[in-house]
Amino acid sequence: MNRPQREAAARRIMEQSPPRVPPELYADAVRRGGRVLRRRTAVRRLLWVVLAAVVVAFTVWALTVRPWVEPPSETTPPVTGWEGW
Amino acid sequence: MRDRQVSPGARRAREFQAFVAGAAGRLLHAATLLTAEAPDDNPRARRLLAVSLAHTYAYWDQLHGDDPYDRTRQYLATRFAREAWHRHGGGLGRGRRRPAGRLGGLTPQERLILVLRLYEGVAEEQAAALLGLPVERVRTICDRATATLLHPPAEPSRPVAEPKAATS
Repeated sequence: MNRPQREAAARRIMEQSPPRVPPELYADAVRRGGRVLRRRTAVRRLLWVVLAAVVVAFTVWALTVRPWVEPPSETTPPVTGWEGW
Repeated sequence: MRDRQVSPGARRAREFQAFVAGAAGRLLHAATLLTAEAPDDNPRARRLLAVSLAHTYAYWDQLHGDDPYDRTRQYLATRFAREAWHRHGGGLGRGRRRPAGRLGGLTPQERLILVLRLYEGVAEEQAAALLGLPVERVRTICDRATATLLHPPAEPSRPVAEPKAATS
């Protein structure tokens, strides 16, 4: 037997006696798939909530601390009483 | 807002139902060949197919024109390969009973390649890419599996090196 003949024979053996499709298969797949979809939606929502919380926290921190304002110098002591020279 | 929420779900459900009605028979047959179970008693194959179909359902809106049958088959094959690997790696002590189905004399990998190549007609290159094997290896395993299927060794526990395949 050459290769195509052997492959055809193997194919014929495999094609025999197909199983019956259980009627609940569709509902089962939709139930499982729907669970995955819902979980994914929940995760995405949670990530958005976390992102929003981070943005709000950063804004509040920036407005209270104002890191862009130059802090008053602390190294030079204030000069007082120079008029007396 | 409500319409936008409902209609994609309804459309997905309708399309998916049509897809399952058309493809489930062939996919279940392939899955039953993979698990080497009897056609009328195939709980593993049913579960494998249900999980694969669920995956396709969950990613239905992100297929972007891909064939859902291809995607389901891919997922089914890789999942079976993973399960077989875990079984083989961790389950030697469980006692390896010989599966009852027609392909029961073959190893899981031989069944997987035989089903993908001959039953499903997947090209050698695609099957090799899917399983992460070199093309030559896929061809060798396919030939060996075909030979074992056509001429089952007399002793089921000791697969003999195939003298008939060498004549090709």
